[in-house]
Amino acid sequence: MTQIVKRPETLPEIRPPEVRRLEPVRTQTVTFEGPGETLHLESGQTLHPVTVAYETYGQLNDARDNAVLVCHALSGDAHAAGYYGLEKDEKPGWWDVLIGPGKPLDTDKYFVISSNFLGGCKGTTGPSSINPATGKPYGLDFPFYTVKDMVQVQRRLLKYLGVPRLLAVIGGSLGGMQVLQWAISFPEMVRGAIPIATTARLSPQAIAFNEVARQAIMSDPDWNGGDYSLDAQPERGLGLARMIGHITYLSEQAMLRKFSRRYINGQGRTFCLTKDFQVESYLHHQGSSFVRRFDANTYLYITRAMDYFDLEAAYGRLSTAFSGCRCPFLVASFTSDWLFPPEQSRELVQALRRVGLDVSYCNIESDQGHDAFLLPGHRMGDVVAGFLERLTRMAAS
Amino acid sequence: MNAHRVTPQQVDWSRSRPRDRALDRSIISLTPQGARVLDLGCGNGDLLLRLKADREVEERGVELEPGAVAECLSRGLSVIQADLEESLTDLREGAFDVVVLNQVLLATARPLHLLTEALRVGRRVLVSFPNFTYWRIRSQIVFKGRLPVNPTLPYQWYDTPNIRLATVKDFRALCQDKRWKVHKELFVNLDRQDHPRTVRFWPNMRAALALFALERG
Repeated sequence: MTQIVKRPETLPEIRPPEVRRLEPVRTQTVTFEGPGETLHLESGQTLHPVTVAYETYGQLNDARDNAVLVCHALSGDAHAAGYYGLEKDEKPGWWDVLIGPGKPLDTDKYFVISSNFLGGCKGTTGPSSINPATGKPYGLDFPFYTVKDMVQVQRRLLKYLGVPRLLAVIGGSLGGMQVLQWAISFPEMVRGAIPIATTARLSPQAIAFNEVARQAIMSDPDWNGGDYSLDAQPERGLGLARMIGHITYLSEQAMLRKFSRRYINGQGRTFCLTKDFQVESYLHHQGSSFVRRFDANTYLYITRAMDYFDLEAAYGRLSTAFSGCRCPFLVASFTSDWLFPPEQSRELVQALRRVGLDVSYCNIESDQGHDAFLLPGHRMGDVVAGFLERLTRMAAS
Repeated sequence: MNAHRVTPQQVDWSRSRPRDRALDRSIISLTPQGARVLDLGCGNGDLLLRLKADREVEERGVELEPGAVAECLSRGLSVIQADLEESLTDLREGAFDVVVLNQVLLATARPLHLLTEALRVGRRVLVSFPNFTYWRIRSQIVFKGRLPVNPTLPYQWYDTPNIRLATVKDFRALCQDKRWKVHKELFVNLDRQDHPRTVRFWPNMRAALALFALERG
């Protein structure tokens, strides 16, 4: 029997095509050191000093009430929007579709801040940073850190930037976990929270995928117990981990649409065990390009931080976790996301409403799976823009 | 289990737009200034926007159709995408001053349960629906032998979102039976330009649309 796969209609973007670009952007860093700057982590360990890499777009207004903090996901970094202006075929920041003049996070109106989170490998102190005690990369000597710790560090960055209160915190996936933690940890600082394609805790299935990814890294001999030089990464293991990740970020429909069962050379079977199908080639490409820009130990720690995030366990009940929150929430999920399924977003919505909070929720039609939050072609931008305008109005009245 | 229910994607809501907007002014007049309003089945948010502009209400909406929800949110409204009945279970008693059920009651599987829940979470519940014993409908059935398709029931039997039928008398009987306090009743017809015209006498026969304002006893 033929199976008919119906592709959900993707709604066209309503906004006119963007012509104005951000001015060339650059990543900046700040180091928190000296007495009183030691970071006390949830694991009980401490870290000092801590460097944070960040980018900002737009201007902080005189009232200092137009700041929007963008939280990135697992493999993201501080470079969220615009171009460095270095190379001709350079890629823009990871959320360039959302951030810029005239875009939903309109840099003509908002002061947008994006930082590489604690434990990242793109400028913020993490497992690949040099341990001042040994002069070598931390590796597995790096302390375990959690989403709550990441938020503590972002809080310090805001203080350094002179931002007393955020108009909104926004992020998808692991970024969305940070958004939830922000609203819980610093309710007085958050006027609006936008957790996208996220959850209050990972499903055992998602933890299982993380574990397979970690095992892929740790079983690579080049990993060497976490002790490797940064130019000799456990490439096979890290590449494999990313391939596993990518399967979970796409959906069945998206794979069918992108690759079908097409062969690489168009000829068909070559009776070999190397890449034969286009989907295989795609995964290999994702794996190898990831190896060039990411650190294996960092991947181990970050996936663990995601696994450990569990608001229900931390606060007794999910609604108890949110009982101190004051801000309106905009929760968004994607219909084809099976890694952070819409059901988990609905649980969030339920818990937030139970404590009487102002909650908006939209399950956005998309066949692109978990990755949809990074991609154009659906209503997420309009929805976010509408919510930010509402927050601005509420802040003014 | 829900296979028999009408999925929202199958309904062309633009066809019922004149009817759905006909009672907006009346609903606004029954809403106090600055009230907390919950609009169940709020569509693309037209009514909530008017309520915000005219009454400065604190608005919340519930809608199942994803496109309509996205439109509401891009217009800056606070709306969740959810099933109407399920959406009420998370809410505290008396959480809202006004709960609106504008032309949606007859499209739900358990209208009585929905009304009861609406009266639990809201102090005042505004319910509107097409009156099935309106004389034009009666004569269409009697003389033509066909189910009515007109500005207040703009769908064919096979594509209507309404899975229930109700009349003014039926609804009054229900209120009496449940001892619900009827704060106000309002009945209208639509003229040729789809403008509402108030009906004062024999509404069960002469009104195409009914609006009831219920209050908790």
